[in-house]
Amino acid sequence: MSAQDILLWVALPYLTIAVFVTGTFWRYRYDKFGWTTRSSQLHERKLIRIASPLFHLGILAVVGGHVMGLLIPESWTNAAGLSEDAYHLMAVGLGAVAGACTLVGVSLLIYRRRTNGPVFNATTKNDKAMYVFLVAAICLGLVTTIIGSGVIGDGYNYRETVSPWFRSIFLLDPKPELMAESLPSFKIHAVAGMLLFIIWPFTRLVHAFSAPVLYLFRPYVVYRERGPHDPGSREPRRGWEKVGS
Amino acid sequence: MRVMAQVAMVMNLDKCIGCHTCSVTCKQAWTNRAGVEYVWFNNVETRPGQGYPRTYQDQERWKGGWELKRGRLRLRSGGRFKRLAQIFSNPLLPTLSDYYEPWTYDYDTLISAPLGEHTPVAQPKSLITGKSMKIEWSANWDDDLAGGPELAPKDPILVKIRDKVTDRVKMEFEQAFMFYLPRICEHCLNPSCVAACPSGAMYKRAEDGIVLVDQDQCRGWRMCVSGCPYKKVYFNHKTGKAEKCTLCYPRIEVGLPTVCSETCVGRLRYIGLFLYDVDKVTAAAATENEHDLLDAQLDLLLDPNDPEVQAAARRDGIAEDWIEAAMASPVYKLAKVYKVALPLHPEYRTMPMVWYIPPLSPVVDALRETGNDAEDAGNLFGALDSLRIPIEYLAELFSAGDPAPVASSLRKLAAMRSYMRDVNLGRETQASIPESVGMTEESVYEMYRLLAIAKYEDRYVIPKAHAETARELEETACSLDGDGGPGQYEPGPFGSASGRPIPVAVETFHALKERQTSEVFVPLDSIRMNLRGWDGRGTHDES
Repeated sequence: MSAQDILLWVALPYLTIAVFVTGTFWRYRYDKFGWTTRSSQLHERKLIRIASPLFHLGILAVVGGHVMGLLIPESWTNAAGLSEDAYHLMAVGLGAVAGACTLVGVSLLIYRRRTNGPVFNATTKNDKAMYVFLVAAICLGLVTTIIGSGVIGDGYNYRETVSPWFRSIFLLDPKPELMAESLPSFKIHAVAGMLLFIIWPFTRLVHAFSAPVLYLFRPYVVYRERGPHDPGSREPRRGWEKVGS
Repeated sequence: MRVMAQVAMVMNLDKCIGCHTCSVTCKQAWTNRAGVEYVWFNNVETRPGQGYPRTYQDQERWKGGWELKRGRLRLRSGGRFKRLAQIFSNPLLPTLSDYYEPWTYDYDTLISAPLGEHTPVAQPKSLITGKSMKIEWSANWDDDLAGGPELAPKDPILVKIRDKVTDRVKMEFEQAFMFYLPRICEHCLNPSCVAACPSGAMYKRAEDGIVLVDQDQCRGWRMCVSGCPYKKVYFNHKTGKAEKCTLCYPRIEVGLPTVCSETCVGRLRYIGLFLYDVDKVTAAAATENEHDLLDAQLDLLLDPNDPEVQAAARRDGIAEDWIEAAMASPVYKLAKVYKVALPLHPEYRTMPMVWYIPPLSPVVDALRETGNDAEDAGNLFGALDSLRIPIEYLAELFSAGDPAPVASSLRKLAAMRSYMRDVNLGRETQASIPESVGMTEESVYEMYRLLAIAKYEDRYVIPKAHAETARELEETACSLDGDGGPGQYEPGPFGSASGRPIPVAVETFHALKERQTSEVFVPLDSIRMNLRGWDGRGTHDES
């Protein structure tokens, strides 16, 4: 096992987690005002009507597929009576559809961003950099799915190498040797994915954490008392706190 | 019964001359920023007309507000799951073209153009794309019935009553009947924007009922924009957050009226308190028959002179000065005692809290044109009975299509006009006139005082934020004195939308009020200084 393997499959994952967690925490603490979808629907509504749901629902399905493939050990699905062949067929089939939706969606969204003047004006440098990482991860993921599926070359059971490596990171018992023996396409996709998570907290992607699930459970009309820090939103500086706070 | 207080407004439409001063001063105060160029928290519409944004009252299309479904109240745009499913692309969101594309002019050309045969022209430039543009619509494009025959027929209210009126009357209507409708956020008792917000960022303030957007919690899902049937929540396309009329809460908290009221040339706005029973709001909004909604809304408003209500208000933590303010409230008198003020579109079931006194002037003008005595009670009552079209139209605006409340309000105004003429001409007053509209001579006179000559203190009865909590309203630090000096406009690392928002400086309002009302000159260095509130007078102490 080379130093490069250690760097890529031990150091980089932990760096990713560290940056992702602390970065998100810091962004939430420091920049709640900037934490938004920054929707551009006001400027253009026809293309976004198709592209945005296609991309978002696609990527949600992709996330679901990753959770299943990476977190659930092969032994569990076997025990549940799901053979490797059947699982593979299902994963590749659903994964390809979801991945294709995502790719078509993001392509349309980028086309829209580039061709619609007001939308393009509303695009920051940060957004552009984010799109590079996002699209790279999506494309590499699709390539990986196709290669791993056996459509090109032999099929590849990533649940024997990539998945256990992924779990080993979180079990604080990293097994870089597993990843080192997987296919190059999986390696490149994994690195692209980690890079995406590293920039995640510093881009508009943070809005994914705000998925408003609690909306389903709260009363319709919200009342709030004028809090002690209202209307100025600045916290009192150290040594200037009010009595009794 | 749980008593809450609501700061509410009444506008007397008879007095509105359509000067747009309220809109302009509001814009200067609140929406003169990038991202909200197209936004008017206060706008003035000519009726009949399409409104701003275009045809916003057509709820078949925009699906704002509430509806009754199998006896239950729900948002017209659908249930919670449907709303979350549409979060990636809200099909009911107006686009910028439904408002208008904001622009500026290339003024630089005027002074930098080379000497030539023709006078240089400042071309309009889009504030969205920065390119030259053709101006084709604005927030008041159909002002004073401009483009009338082409644009006014698309007024959703006209479309609604079209089958009731013949072409002849319609023409008569468009020629003879026009009035202005100034609009701000309604600060509803049952706000559908708040109900539609997936993030829970929008809320109704428990103390004064002002509906606000928490800018730190808003995530830009845009559901409030489509949820509001009045389209009075706007999307800041630069920050990606919702913004709306705040009822100038920093001013209200220190007892000052809103900017739009303060600067109103016609002095047609009234601000005061309602005490209402918050427990009954949902039931009232779920009233089966649309025509009963107005009464249901009036029933929510509690009589502040009733000792039982006062006791309940004290129990629910409403301060003594607030109860007193509620007793002196001009809006309570106009809405509930005299019953001349009506809410805008009660059929949206949001229980709006900006009320309107319908305009009598167009009726008077029509009457005068026929050569009749337009101040005579009999003539006015007769005209009100025969001029069905204006009343139908006003009824669609103010009483869900029921002509009775509008007619009743207009008859009271007509009675007041007629009765007061006798007083002013030194003739014997006729008690029969007030009696014919169910009022007494005294109450007509009081109503006249309130509508015609009420002073500043009578039009705006606004209790200050409660004394015990007043300290909390003050900023604990001046926004200029942060580490590293004046850093108030420094953007965060993620562009202009990021970083901490600038706190509103309450003390500036205190200071400016002192300057405005003081008999002697108050030098600015004697009060706490904040450059954002500097009114250009005096100098700022640089030390």
